[in-house]
Amino acid sequence: MSIYRLNIMVCGGTGCMASDSQGIVDNFKDILKEKGYDQEVQVLKTGCFGFCEQGPIIKIHPDNVFYVKVTPEDVEEIVDEHIIKGRRVERLLYEDPDLKEKINEQSDMSFYKPQLRIALRNCGLINPEDIFEYIAYRGYEALGTVLKNQSPEDVINTMIQSNLRGRGGGGFPTGLKWKFANKAPGDEKYIICNADEGDPGAFMDRSILEGDPHSVLEAMAIAGYAIGAETGLIYIRAEYPLAIKRLEIAIDQAKEQGLLGKNIFGSDFNFNIKLKYGAGAFVCGEETALIASTEGLRGEPRNKPPFPATSGFKGKPTNVNNVETLANVAPIILNGPEWFNKIGTEKSNGTKVFALAGAINNVGLVEVPMGTTLREIVYDIGGGIRGGKAFKAVQTGGPSGGVITTKDLDTPIDYDSLQAIGSMMGSGGMIVMDEDTCMVSIAKFYLDFTQEESCGKCTPCRIGTKRIFEYLEKLTEGKATMDDLHNLKELCESVKDTALCGLGQTAPNPVLSTMEYYWDEYVAHVNGHCPTKECKALLSYTIDAEKCIGCTACVKKCPVDCISGERKEPHVIDEAVCIKCGACYDVCPVDAVIKP
Amino acid sequence: MSIKSLDELMNIRKKHEENVSLRDNDNTSQTKLLVGMATCGIASGARETLNELLKEIKAQGLENVKVVQVGCLGYCHSEPTVEVNIPGQDAILYGPVTVDRVKELVERHIINHEIIEELVINQNFDRA
Repeated sequence: MSIYRLNIMVCGGTGCMASDSQGIVDNFKDILKEKGYDQEVQVLKTGCFGFCEQGPIIKIHPDNVFYVKVTPEDVEEIVDEHIIKGRRVERLLYEDPDLKEKINEQSDMSFYKPQLRIALRNCGLINPEDIFEYIAYRGYEALGTVLKNQSPEDVINTMIQSNLRGRGGGGFPTGLKWKFANKAPGDEKYIICNADEGDPGAFMDRSILEGDPHSVLEAMAIAGYAIGAETGLIYIRAEYPLAIKRLEIAIDQAKEQGLLGKNIFGSDFNFNIKLKYGAGAFVCGEETALIASTEGLRGEPRNKPPFPATSGFKGKPTNVNNVETLANVAPIILNGPEWFNKIGTEKSNGTKVFALAGAINNVGLVEVPMGTTLREIVYDIGGGIRGGKAFKAVQTGGPSGGVITTKDLDTPIDYDSLQAIGSMMGSGGMIVMDEDTCMVSIAKFYLDFTQEESCGKCTPCRIGTKRIFEYLEKLTEGKATMDDLHNLKELCESVKDTALCGLGQTAPNPVLSTMEYYWDEYVAHVNGHCPTKECKALLSYTIDAEKCIGCTACVKKCPVDCISGERKEPHVIDEAVCIKCGACYDVCPVDAVIKP
Repeated sequence: MSIKSLDELMNIRKKHEENVSLRDNDNTSQTKLLVGMATCGIASGARETLNELLKEIKAQGLENVKVVQVGCLGYCHSEPTVEVNIPGQDAILYGPVTVDRVKELVERHIINHEIIEELVINQNFDRA
């Protein structure tokens, strides 16, 4: 076997694959072979590096060099310069936007410096389609240790002591969940991995599954041992084809090595994992709806109790954990709960993965210790607001969460502090908004989503979210009154109190939270004015009578004939007919048309 | 084939750790060997030297030693050049390190921490 002197890691996450990282891999293989270096250099496809903004990304070891925005055409130059002559390809290095300096090593980049990767530990480091690479980084050691030396109670105690809380949104202590399922009477029990990542803008679970599928399989087996289950199900949305493919490969390889199946590690413990595809309904992320969908029924939630821990899949005790939660399990077993307790804040231990999106410079996936402030995430890691604009707010928790404003930029982020300021952790989507974002439109966007995703089982959600959406629509069209505004608020409160499941109960949050912090903006819409000029219907073009020379150029251009006036006299725009196309503004020779 | 015990897993891991060892980055504990791989180096056989270094390190079972290719160090008269960086010690630049000197370099300097005087280019070379 040849000894490789270089490893080229090419990002094989969905984002970089969409920018043809497969072409990069293919070109590397061809060119290296052609130049006779294929025995010295290994090219691998790995998981998401997180810096999606700069993708496709490649990293070269042992030089520890990080190239960004690489195209298949750049490969020849990288081979000629870097691989053959040991010279870095300067133009492909990441340039720090503040220092205006090229940065060689990943660890020196401000995007990575504040990060601590536990759940994402292997993403970008291993080839996810090779179980031996996972094993080389202590993979399956936690499962082996647990089966050899620990009782299920020991495992549960470790998880309770670690204070790991559910990363899917609710933040329920994972150890307790396992304990309930362990104590529940029943000969057949189930572990379900919730991979139905439905929040708009969230992609952390997908990236973990694509970049490190074995970490989830291993954790499911550990959970199975802890509660006494022999079957694991992964409920994954069918829109994640790459994650599904990597999971299938991982399950096959684990079975081949005897790490799944009968008598794992020579013990009496048997465990198998099956995939179950979801059709992408948002409500199926709610555990009771998810279980119903897994059973082949309509994806509708039901009342709790009974909790899934006592009566879940097929009426048997079932434990449902989210992908990111599971990805934390093996490191906790290996390093001990005390290690995990030292990371994060008092009540929220460990790290959280956030998907940064929106009006931010560095869109991507980041993992930081709990208690990191929003300012650090937005400005240090995220590189600030795109186009040098001012920060307005961040939406966390997706359609179930709320906005965090400038005033709370320095709040340390954990489960409790976010709840205290009217938002929630959610799965970790973080949508950054700049000064040009209209808060009423944002609330409308989320309500449009929830009213469409409502399963229709309970009235408050089915009808309530629709009516809330209609009020918001009215506001953005300038047709709402102050009475509407008060009714809207009241309606939000009652939907929150009366809906059946988490989806409905949290659906009004985007409205309530924006109303709390941006009430003025709502009132302005009632007065027919959108402060950020995002609501098109509220804009009006006018003509400055003093500047207008009555040339009629605008009259000829106007597609709806809404401009009138005598020749050489000032003209006027009929706002009721105007479609705000801006044609008059473009054509006016004396800049008399005032753009809103 | 199936893994039947934790010990078996550990053995399998040991075998595969080598394949990923290139990806470990720890500047405080790793010994780094920098091989000059510019045109002058390549022409004098730096590529062969580099590959021989890797082979020798593997044969000796050395861990935590990293071989990194770099550009021209400016000593074109003594290519191929190899700079040895052992944490906590001064960097030593050797040249010409031809394939036949590699074994000696690894044994004497890397394993026994003995400087091979006759092969040193400039002993006062400060750490990069």
